Amino acid sequence: MMTLPEEEFAEVQAEAEHVRVPSRARTVAGRFFRTRQGRLGFALLASLFLLAFLGPLASPWAVTDMDFSAFMQPPSAGHWFGTLQTGTDVYAVTLRGAQKSLLVGLLVAVLSTGVAAVAGSFAGYFLGWTDRTIMWVADLLLVLPAFLILAIMSPLFTSGRWLLFVVMLALFLWMVTSKIVRGMTRSIKEREYIKAARFMGVPSWIIIFRHVIPNLASLLIVDATLNVSAAILTETSLSYFGFGIQPPDVSLGGLIADGSKTALYAPWTFWFAAGGLIITVLSVNLVGDSLRDAFDPGAGGRA
Amino acid sequence: MSGPVLEACETEAGATGPVLDVRDLEVSFGGVRAVRGLGYHVQAGEVLGIVGESGAGKSAASLAVMGLLPRHAKVSGSVLLHGRQLLGAPEKELAAFRGRTISMVFQDPLSAMTPVYRVGDQIAEAVRVHQRVDRRRAVERAVELLDLVGIPNPSQRARAFPHEFSGGMRQRAMIAMAIANDPDVIICDEPTTALDVTIQAQVLEVLKKAQRETGAAIVLITHDLGVVAGFADRVLVMYAGREAESGSVRDVYRHSRMPYTIGLLGSVPRLDMGRRLPLTPIEGAPPRPSRLPPGCPFEPRCPMAVPACSLSEPPAVEVGPGHRAACLRAREIGQAGVTMPGILAKPEARAVPPAGPVESGAGTAGPGAVAERETGTDGPGAVVERETGTAVPGGPVPAEAVAGPGAAARSPESPRESRAVVLEVSDLVKHHPLMKGAVFRRRVGTVRAVDGIGFDLREGETLGLVGESGCGKTTALMEILELGRPERGRVAVFGRDTATLSPRERLAVRRHLQVVFQDPLASLDPRMTVHDIVAEPLLAHGHRDMGARVRRLLALVGLDAADAARYPQDFSGGQRQRVAIARALALEPRLLVLDEPVSALDVSIQAGVLNLLEDLRRRLGLSYLFVAHDLAVVRHIADRVAVMYLGRIAEIGQVEQVYASPAHPYTQALLSAVPIPDPDKERARRRILLEGDLPSPANPPSGCRFRTRCPKFAALTGALRARCAEEEPEIRPMGGDHGAACHYAEKLGVV
Ligand SMILES: Nc1ncnc2c1ncn2[C@@H]1O[C@H](COP(=O)(O)OP(=O)(O)O)[C@@H](O)[C@H]1O
Ligand code: SF4
Ligand code: SF4
Ligand SMILES: [Mg+2]
Repeated sequence: MMTLPEEEFAEVQAEAEHVRVPSRARTVAGRFFRTRQGRLGFALLASLFLLAFLGPLASPWAVTDMDFSAFMQPPSAGHWFGTLQTGTDVYAVTLRGAQKSLLVGLLVAVLSTGVAAVAGSFAGYFLGWTDRTIMWVADLLLVLPAFLILAIMSPLFTSGRWLLFVVMLALFLWMVTSKIVRGMTRSIKEREYIKAARFMGVPSWIIIFRHVIPNLASLLIVDATLNVSAAILTETSLSYFGFGIQPPDVSLGGLIADGSKTALYAPWTFWFAAGGLIITVLSVNLVGDSLRDAFDPGAGGRA
Repeated sequence: MSGPVLEACETEAGATGPVLDVRDLEVSFGGVRAVRGLGYHVQAGEVLGIVGESGAGKSAASLAVMGLLPRHAKVSGSVLLHGRQLLGAPEKELAAFRGRTISMVFQDPLSAMTPVYRVGDQIAEAVRVHQRVDRRRAVERAVELLDLVGIPNPSQRARAFPHEFSGGMRQRAMIAMAIANDPDVIICDEPTTALDVTIQAQVLEVLKKAQRETGAAIVLITHDLGVVAGFADRVLVMYAGREAESGSVRDVYRHSRMPYTIGLLGSVPRLDMGRRLPLTPIEGAPPRPSRLPPGCPFEPRCPMAVPACSLSEPPAVEVGPGHRAACLRAREIGQAGVTMPGILAKPEARAVPPAGPVESGAGTAGPGAVAERETGTDGPGAVVERETGTAVPGGPVPAEAVAGPGAAARSPESPRESRAVVLEVSDLVKHHPLMKGAVFRRRVGTVRAVDGIGFDLREGETLGLVGESGCGKTTALMEILELGRPERGRVAVFGRDTATLSPRERLAVRRHLQVVFQDPLASLDPRMTVHDIVAEPLLAHGHRDMGARVRRLLALVGLDAADAARYPQDFSGGQRQRVAIARALALEPRLLVLDEPVSALDVSIQAGVLNLLEDLRRRLGLSYLFVAHDLAVVRHIADRVAVMYLGRIAEIGQVEQVYASPAHPYTQALLSAVPIPDPDKERARRRILLEGDLPSPANPPSGCRFRTRCPKFAALTGALRARCAEEEPEIRPMGGDHGAACHYAEKLGVV
């Protein structure tokens, strides 16, 4: 049996060494940052986070401080965003609220979309009793009055247990998406690349995470984007009735609810919180859109 | 756009002039020239075949003639119908021509008919648009036309909706509509591509009849060289939007002057030729219309190219009476008297030595040469010509591939009986429930997709499983690949009964049993790089350090290491199928199951993949279960063949025996229906036409399933006939391991 000449062999070898196969995450990240929209959205979201978490250090006022010499004062050198009725610094309190709202929004979105993806794809992939159980739970949660339950549970969210609130909110947001995911999984399951993986001996749960869910990426990203807004807005409306994030925590929603009463004659009590909310939702949408495009294998601009 | 050409033709178009005369036709889509200066003409009663690979511009050209291109397409040149200029004519005038003087038959009749109108009404409508007849008369005419194209119970079937027709019936109805107004030209764009061969034979017959009735000229667009050989008078070969060669069918097939034509003819597997003749694939892929080479468009793939070829595009010139070729060296090719496959292959690309059953006794290239192999090297498996699949023989083979037990016994040269059985199927049954209703789904019947089939497959052997669509081939494959307990019967892979496998044992069997699907794009996850795709089976079976192995596998199937970073969408069809094959080979399987692996590919590309498969089988000692509907492909690649009909095996045996002397009436009809790309042979053949369509597998006929279409049954009488209707025939031995499931099987040559 003949072998390759040595030098030719070395050549092939050397050429082969040069090829770097990018991982999926790297490719997606690369494509994401190649679009202007993606960069803008990411920059906006990152600066919101930086502002919310580092911004308070730049101001002499803490949330708990009350300036008894300035009640309901418009923005000034001393209080950049003005003060509230109580003499609380609006800058400090808005940033504190933004911290919670950003965390709540993103966590709820990731959690609920994640649950929807996993529940829906497992139901659609395995069918049978897995499917019946998961869909029974989903249907049950759909008929429960979410708002009422959250309102009743609101006392539990006090004294810093806002994470419980996140979990409860996520619990009521995944069902519809999971049904869509289930339907799409059933059709994706018939695709030949899934069959090929199955006949190769790839375990089912790996097939779901490697082939099914990535191919639902567009749907899931759009859903997560919407869920960020939905979570922040739901929290806002709950806050309006006093059922949202409970003191001592504050949220943008709570601030907007409070500020709306004084918005007409003291616009700073309302608009800084509302503006923060709008920019958050906008940047999340920008990021979501670009992420969806980045996941799309048909999109151009790859190496 | 017409100018002097128009006048010249109008005077010329007398009684004997061409009915349709196309000159300098140019079609471009947004600056991309899909058709570049095409010209042809047809006389009344003449059939012109236009052949070429997908993207050659065949459809774009014919749509331009019909004036059916979308608005954004730019068309120029001249199209004369009876001397009248069609290009640039007002839409109203065109509409008057369309359907009356010139009509069209499409590949997919379902999309060409309105789904919500009854078939009869649509044909009647076509009649009434151009003829002053009342509604009753038009409906009568529609029924006459349906009868003419051979639709049974025409008056009743006229009231059916298009989706209630089978593919063949729809195509007949489409032809009925096309001839409704006695046109002078019928353009058929791939009229039989979507149909099974027996149905294709029926539809071609109908088309012939329609031509006799109307005396029309026919322009037949197809990629099937066999169909043209039997049906057309003259042929035009298109390449990259231009004429490559044209002339009488006999001249073009027998005395081809253009390397592309020669290549095309050399790359088709032939029903009438034995297996060991390697195909000569054309290197590379057709150029994209947006990036044509400066000179001859075929130059990058042409083995005859000389430096002058890349300077300017050679025009089509007369090389014989009525014979034109667009090649600088056309005259030379004619003089040298070179025939088909000989010239095409570049010397270095034709390195595949045909592995005759006897000649490899020395064990030079066969899998016998295990000893010399270094184990565990990361070197590439072999150097393979890109896209040709003709590997330089004897490159180091992945060691593990052959190092299993029985590696020596796997050599195809040892007699069949002494080789191990890798797959044994007996009495396999798979029924699907037939459900009805959207809200309350209930079971209304059983689709007997696979109804008791049995065969065995031995080491180093290829078994072809053929049959028309819907006969249960894919179901049988999936049932085998499930490695579960079948509904009935037994599947044993490598001697292990799949019904008794534990999950761990099943995983171990999967390692050695891999699959390649028909549509390479659908079987590769679009979101994964080629590296991840090929590495997936390795990962699933716990391999580490995959980079080197993936590179070696890509080299083995003739792809570059650099391709690992690309996505399936970035490849051509043939290359994608190579990726799928690389993935299937990753675990060094012993048995490969291939479901129509080449039927989505163009012939020149298909030849490369077939050669690659054949080469890999020989070098790695693989066994193939090869499912296909193309009997010529199976003849080329398989050792044994099993012909399926409606969930059962009709005939099984050595390829040579079955093809040379088929014993089952169905096999005979099937083989006689496959066109051979040789005009003389093709025209001398007698076709056994089958009647009707495949019966529904939910309700197969009693006794012999084939009896509703069996020509032999039709000729039988009395008790002989009753036996067919009452007793289901078992496979009877016909000599050797050749067997046929017919009570009255008799050998008969039909190829
Ligand atoms: N409606 C269209 N818009 C843009 N490009 C088209 C359109 N139809 C065909 N093409 C392009 O024109 C070329 C020739 O296509 P086609 O005539 O369909 O080839 P064939 O019939 O030989 O397969 C291809 O590159 C194809 O992509
Ligand atoms: S002109 Fe040259 S490149 Fe083109 S087909 Fe002829 S020999 Fe080949
Ligand atoms: S058994 Fe009878 S019906 Fe069936 S194939 Fe033979 S002759 Fe035809
Ligand atoms: Mg076409």
